[in-house]
Amino acid sequence: MTMRSSLRYLHRGEIRDVSHFGPMTTLLDHLRLERGLKGTKEGCNEGDCGACTVVLGRLVDGHVSYRPVNACIQLLGQIDGEELITIEDLAASDGTLHPVQSAMVDLHGSQCGYCTPGIVMSLFALYQADGPVGRSEVTDQLAGNLCRCTGYRPIVDAALSACAARTENKPGDHVASKSAETAVKLASLRDGADLFVGSQTSFFAAPASIESLATLYHQHPDAILVAGATDVGLWITKQLRQLPKIIHLGRVVGLAEVHETADGLTIGAAATFSDVEAHMTAIDPDLGEVWRRIGSKQVRASGTVGGNIANGSPIGDSPPALIALDATLTLQKGDDTRKMPLEAYFIAYGKQDRKPGEFVRSIHVPRLKPHQVFRAYKISKRFDQDISAVMSAFRLTLEGDFIREARIAFGGMAATPKRAHGAEKALVGASLADEASWAAALAAIRADFTPLSDMRASATYRSDTAAALLEKALIEIAGTSTHATRVTGHRPVSEAAE
Amino acid sequence: MSALLPSNDFRVARHSIPHDSGPKHVQGTATYIDDILEPAGTLHVAPGYAKSAAKGRITSINLEAVRAYPGIVAVLTARDIPAVNDCSPSIGGDPVFADGEVLFHGQVVFAVVAETRDAARRAARLAVIEVDATTPAVDVEAAIARNTTVLPDYEFIKGEPATAIQSAPARLDGSLRIGGQEHFYLEGQAALAIPGEDGDLLIHTSTQHPTEVQHIVAKVLGLPDTAIVAECRRMGGGFGGKESQATQWAVIAAIAARVTGRPAKLRLDRDDDMMMTGKRHDFRVDWSVGHDGAGHIEAVDVTFLSRCGYSADLSLGVNDRTMFHADNAYDYPNARIYSRRLLTDTVSNTAFRGFGGPQGMVFTERMMDALAITLGIDPLDLRKRNFYHSQGGTTPYGLHVSDNIIHELVDDLETSSDYRARRAAITAFNASSRILKKGIALTPIKFGISFTLPHLNQAGALVHVYSDGSIMVNHGGTEMGQGLYLKVAQVVAEEFGVTLDRVKITATTTAKVPNTAPTAASAGSDLNGMAARNAVAKIRDRMAEVAAPILGVAPVDVLFRDGAAWGGNQSIPFDELAKKCYLARVHLSDTGYYATPGITWDRPNKTGRPFLYFAYGAACSEVLIDTFTGELKVTQVDILHDVGHSLNPAIDIGQIEGGFVQGMGWLTTEELVFDDQGRLRTHAPSTYKIPTASDVPAAFTTRLFESGGNRSETIYRSKAVGEPPVMLAISVFSAITDAIASLKPGHVPLLDAPATPEAIMRAVKAMKAI
Ligand SMILES: Cc1cc2nc3c(=O)[nH]c(=O)nc-3n(C[C@H](O)[C@H](O)[C@H](O)COP(=O)(O)OP(=O)(O)OC[C@H]3O[C@@H](n4cnc5c(N)ncnc54)[C@H](O)[C@@H]3O)c2cc1C
Ligand code: FES
Ligand code: FES
Repeated sequence: MTMRSSLRYLHRGEIRDVSHFGPMTTLLDHLRLERGLKGTKEGCNEGDCGACTVVLGRLVDGHVSYRPVNACIQLLGQIDGEELITIEDLAASDGTLHPVQSAMVDLHGSQCGYCTPGIVMSLFALYQADGPVGRSEVTDQLAGNLCRCTGYRPIVDAALSACAARTENKPGDHVASKSAETAVKLASLRDGADLFVGSQTSFFAAPASIESLATLYHQHPDAILVAGATDVGLWITKQLRQLPKIIHLGRVVGLAEVHETADGLTIGAAATFSDVEAHMTAIDPDLGEVWRRIGSKQVRASGTVGGNIANGSPIGDSPPALIALDATLTLQKGDDTRKMPLEAYFIAYGKQDRKPGEFVRSIHVPRLKPHQVFRAYKISKRFDQDISAVMSAFRLTLEGDFIREARIAFGGMAATPKRAHGAEKALVGASLADEASWAAALAAIRADFTPLSDMRASATYRSDTAAALLEKALIEIAGTSTHATRVTGHRPVSEAAE
Repeated sequence: MSALLPSNDFRVARHSIPHDSGPKHVQGTATYIDDILEPAGTLHVAPGYAKSAAKGRITSINLEAVRAYPGIVAVLTARDIPAVNDCSPSIGGDPVFADGEVLFHGQVVFAVVAETRDAARRAARLAVIEVDATTPAVDVEAAIARNTTVLPDYEFIKGEPATAIQSAPARLDGSLRIGGQEHFYLEGQAALAIPGEDGDLLIHTSTQHPTEVQHIVAKVLGLPDTAIVAECRRMGGGFGGKESQATQWAVIAAIAARVTGRPAKLRLDRDDDMMMTGKRHDFRVDWSVGHDGAGHIEAVDVTFLSRCGYSADLSLGVNDRTMFHADNAYDYPNARIYSRRLLTDTVSNTAFRGFGGPQGMVFTERMMDALAITLGIDPLDLRKRNFYHSQGGTTPYGLHVSDNIIHELVDDLETSSDYRARRAAITAFNASSRILKKGIALTPIKFGISFTLPHLNQAGALVHVYSDGSIMVNHGGTEMGQGLYLKVAQVVAEEFGVTLDRVKITATTTAKVPNTAPTAASAGSDLNGMAARNAVAKIRDRMAEVAAPILGVAPVDVLFRDGAAWGGNQSIPFDELAKKCYLARVHLSDTGYYATPGITWDRPNKTGRPFLYFAYGAACSEVLIDTFTGELKVTQVDILHDVGHSLNPAIDIGQIEGGFVQGMGWLTTEELVFDDQGRLRTHAPSTYKIPTASDVPAAFTTRLFESGGNRSETIYRSKAVGEPPVMLAISVFSAITDAIASLKPGHVPLLDAPATPEAIMRAVKAMKAI
């Protein structure tokens, strides 16, 4: 396998080569401090405000596909082989504003202007994507862009107006008009080489194959694996940890693949949340909605399912959902792989069943079988881009009105994502048609968990809500439309059960 | 003939002109402090604090590891302060660096000055500070128990409240908690200090109050005010959080520059910013109301207990304004309004858009809801029953309300929002819905405009006309996104009769206009617009003298319109006239000054006039709540707001919508959580949740009330708009109360603010337990 010792990315039509950079350098610091490009702002340095949003382009099936990312927690090394677009790049060389920019000016979408570069970049990415743009597409696109001044109404209007005026060849968008040229340049950057910048004691590495990854990680079991860096980025920017050795998973061929199999879906560890969003919706709309509410577009475009599991967090959103679906985890070390039920991976707070040098390879998620129904609820102070106070997922196997089996998993209720074994047992034999038969399970679920109080919610609220969500799931599965049970995230009405 | 003559219509003012910086905002070319090209050798400063304690005597500070860190140039502590260790905007008590004692968790004890920001931040974490820690008084209850206040109690009495409450046919009591609020300006606190000769400093500072930065830096350094220039082109948001609390960071940057002789920049990390700077005051409000049994209020007795934090800062004005707005739009025949300003061992709370007024009104509207719910009356009817009479009334602080338009305004919104039909539909929905409940509320606001500290009601402006006819304007107001620079430029363009592109907007600097007030109290365009107009008038009069003989009219008949000076149907282009004035040795530069007339508030005696006028508005909000989880969705908002004759309708609508959403966040998702050690647990956007785009309903309309203009003589009869709209969001809080009240008619929900899912569930649970 060939090795390359400098980073390459495409910017303004030119390939930039960076051969010296610290492994922890963020893209934002690279832009602002090293390149003097001050248009991209820092509002929080932790992925939550979107002021630092830039757009990355990569080749997907021969076309350039654009996604917004938070430059503050993106490591510079992660952008190898991609096109970088920043706020300075949108207007044409004669100064003509991009349609998104002019809509923002004309419709009064900026006040203090500090959020604006990030908002424009998010909307630019939306403008690049094909497909109809309605209000919910816009608000979802902006979930990770905070604006404290405008109240968003004019920004949403600007987005709708710019996207409504968009035609196929996107007039006034010089990025789109150069996309064929860009595709050629990006293709030229695909050298399949392992990237290794630095020394044996301090490096940024991005192996190109699973074999190279396995070998490198075996040699440096003390290295930090980075997939999307939506967690690791904050170790650097907020905890100020020193991470001299970083192995990035984003270039490993095959590690981000998603396979549909006969009974389900196999998700490569480096697949991002965005990569699998549609697959998740296909399994169940609630799963799709949980996905949509993980972080923001920026976070989902970088963050991975593998990272969400590997980090062992008790408040990650995907583990409870995947545990309820009876997912299986595959780990790899060197050439050896092993499988385990996902829930078995989480041993205790901060402790997972993963050996030094071992990495998450993939997750297999079984589809729902006939007679199985699924519900999931994410409870947080704010709907979009918030960490769950309580995350819950339910899979019931039915026989007529009777519950034959239940798998229930919660996040935020214990030191790990955890099943509600007591409630699961108590539900077996209960009838959807007889609310009285639910009582034992509703009582049992309170005994299943002893949650903590923190800044997101009190223990009492968590316990009450766990029981309330079980009851809600049962009410819905028994036939009540989600329009009568939820304030948001309704399931499609066409569904047979509704 | 007359067709040739320009009309007297407004050509620039009163038009919806986009923000002057809009094109720069969208291209990333608008410069904020951290974007200014750094002079060679610029150092970076990071603050450090005692991690272990909120309160206690400092027993040792070990900074060896900090000093030894690579790239460290200096470490500053209280000992490095040249003159005075205090950056208070008011009565003192705000040390720049803790000296001997830690007063709250996150208080700055030292600052690291380094070659890079990264080195400064990393080194700052290596300090070992030992504190003989005592248990901090974190909340209002602890402060009451300890009986500590930052300022004396204050009281308004109208009539005979005690006897009136006793003798009223009916009485209702209640208590309510109102949370604080983090400003979350998107641009954190930042300052860059650049040394000049003679020890002078130029300070680029993200502040609403450059004059205060100048004066306090001079005081701390022991220099005359003339040694310091404070400048601000724009802030990435302020909202009150950079009124007094931008100063400390500028001061520390200044000390660093002074000690090292090199430029020094301090930009706070977001988490530090949230821990180290003050917020909106949180309150407990205890109240009693006596009424006639049909909801006509006879007397109100209310006690406001606010958490001020460790020092006075701006708490006097903030809490006074709470009291000034405890009546909102309602006439209380008898009232006792009592305020305690409690000292807690937490960060010093400060100005925040509305400056205490919102908390006063949240109480008022809760009282109205509670009365209506207990009496089974529609809350809107109860509100209307108690409005100030359209001919006026007397406030609890003795001011006669002479510009009341709340009746017309609320009637208009009641009709346009279809309030009655929606109320009926909601009642029907709630009767049959098991899990979800709806609520609706239409609430008014009446907000007093002027600084209640009378001397702040003054402003200055400086206008230059250059010989090519281009115009430069400068004034004491600062730009934080609210469009003040644009509005003042519109006034200048209007007065000179030129197009806006001829007017150059420039950064606020203490070197051009001295001794200014903070840009606050919504008064920015009222004050600076008038000052600029006064400056223009002086120059224009002199230009008219030059034009008059050429045009063959008297100077008073020269009209400045459409880029020219007119006399009859003759005209001279403005640029030519400027050139002629220059050649004729006529002075083309002048200052303008304005002091709001008639402001006479005498605080000790509680007499006089604190406000020039009131701004009015109303909002109707509808919500949907989930009684299983407490989740909330605001589903519709209709706003009608009074800005007099708007200087710029687009900008004003932006202020209204933005203020509303900010207020909605305060009352719903934004929760400040302190632990019992006095540490703020929600010090980042990951845990402190301001509204996102999807929290704003699709059905969201804002109309400007068609009034005959401000009855007071303000700039073009406009009204202030910065703060009042925040309080329109109380309609959301009342609508949530309404939704919960549907669970047990007749019972008042025990809902505190913010109405997080958990707070809503607490209230729902209490209702279900009745
Ligand atoms: C603003 C913001 C919002 C967020 N919102 C949510 C949310 O709503 N819900 C939620 O669940 N999470 C949320 N997160 C957390 C985060 O996005 C997830 O945990 C994400 O899945 C992490 O994936 P990553 O690829 O970015 O991981 P990284 O940061 O790259 O890595 C995380 C950890 O996993 C390890 N790791 C990564 N891949 C592997 C692998 N293949 N094998 C072994 N170890 C590996 C890393 O070494 C590290 O310890 C949010 C984060 C941010 C910044
Ligand atoms: S700076 Fe806030 S998301 Fe990056
Ligand atoms: S315009 Fe100020 S934060 Fe968006």
